[in-house]
Amino acid sequence: MSLFRHHKKIETNATLLLVLSLGVVAIGGAVEIAPLFYLENTIEKVEGMRPYTPLELEGRNIYVREGCYLCHSQMIRPLRDEVERYGHYSLAVESIYDHPFQWGSKRTGPDLARVGARYSDEWHVDHLVDPRSVVPESIMPTYGFLKETALKPERIQAVLIANSRVGVPYTQEMIEQAESDMEVQVDPDGDWEEMVARYPKAQVRNFDGQEELTEMDALVAYLQMLGTLVDFSTFQPNASR
Amino acid sequence: MDILKLIVLSFITIFAAMAANFGQDLAYIIHALIIMAVSFFLFVREVRCFGDSKPVVETGYQDSVIRAGVIATSFWGVVGFLVGVFIAFQLAFPALNFDLPFTTFGRVRPLHTSAVIFAFGGNALIATSFYIVQRTSAARLWGGNLCWFVFWGYQLFIVLAATGYLLGATQSKEYAEPEWYVDIWLTIVWVAYLAVFMGTIFKRKEPHIYVANWFFLSFIVTIAMLHLVNNLAMPVSIYGSKSVQLFSGVQDALTQWWYGHNAVGFFLTAGFLGMMYYFVPKQANRPVFSYKLSIIHFWSLIFLYIWAGPHHLHYTALPDWAQTLGMTFSIMLWMPSWGGMINGLMTLNGAWDKLRTDPILRMMVLSLAFYGMSTFEGPMMSIKVVNSLSHYTEWTIGHVHSGALGWNGMITFGALYYLTPRLWGRERLYSMSMVNWHFWLATIGIVFYAASLWVAGIMEGLMWREVDPQGFLVNSFADTVAAKFPMFIVRGTGGLLYLAGAIIMCVNLWLTATGAGERKSSAAVAVPAE
Repeated sequence: MSLFRHHKKIETNATLLLVLSLGVVAIGGAVEIAPLFYLENTIEKVEGMRPYTPLELEGRNIYVREGCYLCHSQMIRPLRDEVERYGHYSLAVESIYDHPFQWGSKRTGPDLARVGARYSDEWHVDHLVDPRSVVPESIMPTYGFLKETALKPERIQAVLIANSRVGVPYTQEMIEQAESDMEVQVDPDGDWEEMVARYPKAQVRNFDGQEELTEMDALVAYLQMLGTLVDFSTFQPNASR
Repeated sequence: MDILKLIVLSFITIFAAMAANFGQDLAYIIHALIIMAVSFFLFVREVRCFGDSKPVVETGYQDSVIRAGVIATSFWGVVGFLVGVFIAFQLAFPALNFDLPFTTFGRVRPLHTSAVIFAFGGNALIATSFYIVQRTSAARLWGGNLCWFVFWGYQLFIVLAATGYLLGATQSKEYAEPEWYVDIWLTIVWVAYLAVFMGTIFKRKEPHIYVANWFFLSFIVTIAMLHLVNNLAMPVSIYGSKSVQLFSGVQDALTQWWYGHNAVGFFLTAGFLGMMYYFVPKQANRPVFSYKLSIIHFWSLIFLYIWAGPHHLHYTALPDWAQTLGMTFSIMLWMPSWGGMINGLMTLNGAWDKLRTDPILRMMVLSLAFYGMSTFEGPMMSIKVVNSLSHYTEWTIGHVHSGALGWNGMITFGALYYLTPRLWGRERLYSMSMVNWHFWLATIGIVFYAASLWVAGIMEGLMWREVDPQGFLVNSFADTVAAKFPMFIVRGTGGLLYLAGAIIMCVNLWLTATGAGERKSSAAVAVPAE
């Protein structure tokens, strides 16, 4: 076939081979990824989504740091058993402020997309310190060290700024108040009204039951808000999506 | 030039020292200290030979960097397999997490995947591509010592990535875990790699570029593209390891799996096919089966692979059109994948009898068989209904390992057995029966591994969805975890067998390289009569 004779041009010219290979591999990604940035039905329109509070965001950073996503997904598929077990299927909008996304690819442990408000804070702390004390079959590592590691609120402002630079709508006020917002979220006796006004539905509690602000506070605060933001009473699924 | 080098190295040392001083987290501080130590060592070395006359330019092939690559591949292979066995048993016996932050499964698992894919696989790819491009171009590696920069730069990348995971510096994107400054470093090393490879092809004495080099070239440029796009991130501070990804949610998810699936497609497939296209014909002493097939399957493979990413996101919040597109291309991908397998296997036409006597060739054939098997299993699992059962389960892990242990591992072992006697100037390997032992330990190990995880994966998938006549879920999640215990033991045992085989290989290669058991008579015979 003459087609194969023409291939000689490519396989005797290194630059041509390089350029053509790169061109051929660029197509698929461009066609699949680029539309996700402009097709309007990619992200659902819902009520209730807001950026993470500074404490929740720090908890999420700990979740990322420890590689929790390697065993826990945050993506409920619209399948009968999953909706039964974990709750409403996950929406794209629910991870719109997740840089990076943490959908995961493996369930060595259960899905966590809607674990928020399912268990008590005490259960979470006990479970993280010694998983087998509450779930005998569990094979999860122990995370007792979180309880002993103090959080440094002075670092959180830079994290909010970095997130706002990549598009998370943190206002100037949120960034300025980040440090105190973090501290007040574990202090039910403090002036938390303004923080809750900035972050509706934010839960204010001493999450780990200890005096000090620790990584355990942040992680439990994050877990307790997972999947609780979207108001599903006003959600309309889009069949064309 | 030497002065410039000294100035650059001294600046790097000083900046690294400053970074260590201002560092905000442990991983960053330790990394800054490592970089400081490395650049200071290079600085001292440079000062000591400053002004020395340069040795004359060497001729012939540049093989010393490949010898280093063979050693690095074997070393990281054993490290990666060992860590894999360790985390496999962590899943059976959680006490092995040792109640320490540094040894939890979540931090060690990326160490395992990076060690086997990037350290073992990456070193194998760099070493073999340097070997093959020189032989098939009849030219010495371009760029003088640049190939050594690629080699040591890549080892530094591995050390920074691995220590980072254990100390908690990770982006938590699968197979793209290293943080921003490690990513930047890898980009520099990778550009140097591309330069050495392309430079060598440019000065080739053969008019045609050999098919193995097409695959290596497409692997190098595609990995560069994937790495750059998937690691776009905003560092929180230049004095800390933490960064936030540029993309979020659904866009980040598809970018990640566009990257992740093509780490499989180009790192573990295209690159290793390059290896296959050289070593299988060489070891079988037969030409490649079909030139036309290699053209068709090369272009279709690299074109189709890049589309397959969305099959990692079936039934997720990714829009349906993207899922369907990903599934369609994944199924089509079966054909070019088998094109490569057929081209490799049929190369043995007329040489099949060698399988009885040559355990190295047997290893390469087995690797092609596993390549064919996992590239059938993959398209099957990308079908949405199959995926609804297999996704999130151990089946996926089993699938990956039949590809990685069977295809990537076995073809690499074959290449190492081929290379070692030639690179160290030995007549033959120290022991063929040790190769045979390695072959059978690895094969049985893979069978244990894949079979146990098929059972575990399908079982847990079915247990999760099981409902009673009243419509209630039958099993709690904890039940499904407990049910997998026996399979986890079998899986760990399979990994142990595979590790044992690799250790036997290292001993064999070491004894070959050092010349143990070599007859000493050959030197005396070679003296010409004057």
